[in-house]
Amino acid sequence: MVSKMIDATTTPWVQVTAPGGGTGRIKIRSSGVKVYYGDKQALKGINLDIAENSVTALIGPSGCGKSTYLRCLNRMNDTIDRCRVEGTISLDGEDIYGRTIDTVQLRARVGMVFQKPNPFPKSIFDNVAYGPRIHGLARRIEDLEEIVQRSLERAGLWSEVKSRLLDPGTGLSGGQQQRLCIARAIAVNPEVILMDEPCSALDPIATAHIEELIDELRANYTIVIVTHNMQQAARVSQKTAFFHLGDLVEFNDTAEIFTNPRDDKTQGYITGRYG
Amino acid sequence: MTREHIVRSFGEDLRRLGNLITQMGGVAEAQVDSAIEAVERRNTRLAEQVVQADARIDEYEREVDAEVVRLLALRQPMAQDLREILSALKIASDLERIGDYAANIAKRSMVLAQLPAVSPVVAIPRMGRLVQEILKEVIDAYVERDVTKAIVGWRRDEELDDLYTSLFREVLTYMMEDPRVITPCTHLLFMAKNLERIGDHATNIAETIHFLVVGKPLKGERPKGDVTSYELVTPDREPAPVDEAGRLPPSAGGAAG
Repeated sequence: MVSKMIDATTTPWVQVTAPGGGTGRIKIRSSGVKVYYGDKQALKGINLDIAENSVTALIGPSGCGKSTYLRCLNRMNDTIDRCRVEGTISLDGEDIYGRTIDTVQLRARVGMVFQKPNPFPKSIFDNVAYGPRIHGLARRIEDLEEIVQRSLERAGLWSEVKSRLLDPGTGLSGGQQQRLCIARAIAVNPEVILMDEPCSALDPIATAHIEELIDELRANYTIVIVTHNMQQAARVSQKTAFFHLGDLVEFNDTAEIFTNPRDDKTQGYITGRYG
Repeated sequence: MTREHIVRSFGEDLRRLGNLITQMGGVAEAQVDSAIEAVERRNTRLAEQVVQADARIDEYEREVDAEVVRLLALRQPMAQDLREILSALKIASDLERIGDYAANIAKRSMVLAQLPAVSPVVAIPRMGRLVQEILKEVIDAYVERDVTKAIVGWRRDEELDDLYTSLFREVLTYMMEDPRVITPCTHLLFMAKNLERIGDHATNIAETIHFLVVGKPLKGERPKGDVTSYELVTPDREPAPVDEAGRLPPSAGGAAG
């Protein structure tokens, strides 16, 4: 009786498209993804679809599996001994764990930015030119210069470094280094950019620059970001996935997750009640 | 709200905010009760107390506003906490208006007390009792986070609208019969309108409680009973009939509204 009364006066829940959120196409499909580190199971069967040209945030307490899941998306887990991945993950319909997949090519299509900025001990120019060189994307030096400039522009760093491209990348500030790493990632024309806590080592101003950049980049790229900062997830993403103990607990529009989560565990985590 | 915040002071802040609303609701209820009693008993001293005590409700609202701003800035609330804080802000604003209406009824009761009693005044306590019940229902619903109770209160507003409509007609007819009662009857009409508005704010509170608990707005057409905006009463004619949506039939003429 009670629930009927409420139903009668409540509009049925409708799935709303996140504002400005993507093409509506699914870029990455995951189904039944399980990951084991030796005997320990880190992911317990994740089904998650990532929409093209949108930002998907993965949140959850430490050890929940969100980084593990992120690393499945460009097969970074392959580099860990005793790590086993089950289930399927497809990029544009193609199984990325298929036999014919070249992981080097895959990681060019699915780039990654890490928690700590990790520029190569090379010049700013060479940091960005590194990928295009090894992938043979530029025949002439002019082409390479153009790629470097465009990548630095897209990463919002060009105006700050154009006069000192030959200085070492490690001489930049933390926030600039992180944008350099983003420029390096986009220099090889990826389709997807994975970000693992890209701002956790940065001050609030540098963080704001990266967040602004993420918002601009999603016009051209599909972005998946792991973050411990809930406000950041709320600010930058259109979709949010909450992971807990290797399960995907809840996945929904970001606005919905942060105003009216369906699951008690999500509610507890984002309101700081998680014990 | 079963689990506690890891940062306990946040939980305490939210509880304090909730208590402020509960207290404010109690004061608003008491103000409405006293205002109605002042009308019923022609008690000008009580009416004066109501007028003076309105400042207390305003003070509560300022306190709630300040607390809400502080919590939003310092805690960056999410989900249920965010709804809790927004709801407090909205409910405080409704309660403040309810307080204003109660004070206005009290002021008018002082005028009425100086004039000979008019018979339609008995409708004020009748409407008043219903308002008191609805208000109590929604404030209890807030304290208990009880959506069902809130919806019950929300629906009862229609009865109040009906009472108001019939009082409106009765008073108009009464004034036509004897122009000497126009002064008290006009005050009566405003009092009844104030009570009707209190009911509307109570339904706002019920809607806020729904949002607070369920996370979605309470939608669907609320039964609307106040059709007096379309009322046409002339000395030689019975009140024009209105249809359920409150519209005049075309033949009833355009003088209304």
